[in-house]
Amino acid sequence: MAAALARPEALAPEPMHYCPGCGHGLIHRLTAEVIDELGIREKTIGVASVGCSVFAYQYFNLDMQQAAHGRAPAVATGIKRVLPDRVVFTYQGDGDLASIGLAEIVHAAARGEKITVIFVNNANYGMTGGQMAPTTLPGQKTTSSPGGRDVKQAGYPLRIGEMLSTLDGPAYLARVSVHNPAQIFKAKKAIRKAFETQISGLGFALVEVLSPCPTNWGLKPVEALQWLENNMVPYYPLGEYRSVAPGAAEPNETQQRTGRTERG
Amino acid sequence: MKNGKILLKGNEALGEAAVLAGCRYFFGYPITPQTELLEYLARRLPEVGGVFLQAESEIAAINMVYGAAGAGARVMTSSSGPGISLKQEGLSFLAAAELPCVIVNVMRCGPGLGGIRPSQADYFQATRGGGHGDYRLPVLAPACVQEMADLTVRAFILADQYRTPVMILADGLLGQMMEPVELPAGPAADPPPRPWATTGCRGRQKNVINTMHLNPEELEAVNRQLQEKFQTIAREEARAEKYLTGDAEILVVAFGIVARIAKEAVNKARAAGIKAGLFRPVTLWPFPARALAGAAAKARTVLTVEMNAGQMVEDVRLALDGSRQVHFYGRTGGMIPAGQEILEEIRRIGGMHRGRCARPA
Repeated sequence: MAAALARPEALAPEPMHYCPGCGHGLIHRLTAEVIDELGIREKTIGVASVGCSVFAYQYFNLDMQQAAHGRAPAVATGIKRVLPDRVVFTYQGDGDLASIGLAEIVHAAARGEKITVIFVNNANYGMTGGQMAPTTLPGQKTTSSPGGRDVKQAGYPLRIGEMLSTLDGPAYLARVSVHNPAQIFKAKKAIRKAFETQISGLGFALVEVLSPCPTNWGLKPVEALQWLENNMVPYYPLGEYRSVAPGAAEPNETQQRTGRTERG
Repeated sequence: MKNGKILLKGNEALGEAAVLAGCRYFFGYPITPQTELLEYLARRLPEVGGVFLQAESEIAAINMVYGAAGAGARVMTSSSGPGISLKQEGLSFLAAAELPCVIVNVMRCGPGLGGIRPSQADYFQATRGGGHGDYRLPVLAPACVQEMADLTVRAFILADQYRTPVMILADGLLGQMMEPVELPAGPAADPPPRPWATTGCRGRQKNVINTMHLNPEELEAVNRQLQEKFQTIAREEARAEKYLTGDAEILVVAFGIVARIAKEAVNKARAAGIKAGLFRPVTLWPFPARALAGAAAKARTVLTVEMNAGQMVEDVRLALDGSRQVHFYGRTGGMIPAGQEILEEIRRIGGMHRGRCARPA
């Protein structure tokens, strides 16, 4: 019990600014617990993005860089190429990663850049007050889709894990959720695997975490969890989209040999 | 090889000088007319244990520079015109985060996609801080292949000394031409200690590289500290070349390759009995305003020549503060002014000002 309540060393003793019921604090904690458990805090460099999680550079108790909007995978690439024996991760929201930073994430993944990406999908732009994101569901109301996302006008959401799974570069791709304790447990396991993938030198790893945003969804925290389970999970299926086992050859080499990629 | 000199293209001389200066990381994207620099480093950096990475865009490249500089490396990127425009957000972040690095712009002509022939039309963008917010970049302007090498080494020294991005503003002509070069000795192979770098927090408090300060008092303090640094650079680092300025009655002001063409025109004017001289800013920011005022002391009039529609001429006018009439002659679109054109301009202006007193009342 004491261990469960203690603050992970990788989390700074800073009060967080997140709204009640927001998933970011929890996902920060899961990431910090994994970093502590792997004993890598002192050799890890994190990259914060732009959006609600911009203050991640304050909340993680380890070396951090704060990147321009969408550019965290490029910044992480620069760090990792200079310091290949360190662990480098980005922490990005869905506007940052799936909209303005789409080129950077796709190419970091395609290069098999040995970084870990924590991608938080809450189906809207939180920091600016709840506008439509590339991940906003069809029909979902936001401040910039007040009548609900009209796919005829605004197009369809992006499924990042599935998109990246068409590439040879990624070694680990998973989508998890934090809408109940069982899912939180699975989410932590996936985050751990994403860091282990990098530490083993296997290549690019990304975990997409479906996360509640009660404030901008206009719901109470418990209702937000239900809305996520009922609406987001069916559109964004949970599971592993790529998982190269430790000890295996690099994914692109595997594919050259077998002509196929391994799927989890 | 004669006298230790080797024949190199401007872009290659710049690349080799970067290696000699201890640069081991390059992130870039192909664009004419800087591509030979990228190709040279793609071949050369792995030979010295460095990393060359072709980025997916200039935006990604400048942000890779941000990450690498923040991790403590000597790092460089290069581009031209449209690519430099894409890097402007990153330049603002690099200046704000005080990350040492070198950015090369081998200028082509714009606006828009423009053309690939030489130009100096990115002077405003380079010297005014083309990105958002209050910041300045030291900008060095080589005028020959030797300076492509020498000023590259200088750029890395300035970047480390002031913890700032430094720009080398060359043009397509300098990038493409070949000349004998004596390769310079670089600074110490390893960068100076960087206790602020994010390298993992073993044995110390965590380091953060950040440019966001929502508290206005805090952000004003950050801005004041940056401005103090820019003022120090402005005071200490302005450089210029003077040629026959001591008794010059007509002073030509030009930078980069145009200064070299103007030197030929000045020599011809002297041969024809016209007391012409040349002032060449080597640093465009800081602009060598005091040195220019000194060089123009005896001049009746000043002629600024540029491969643009008139950009540096604004700094010339600011430096002379109305004390001299400042004329402008420019070519655009990739047209290069010939020495004869500049000579005719010197003759025309000389005629206009004949008999006037040296200093207007």
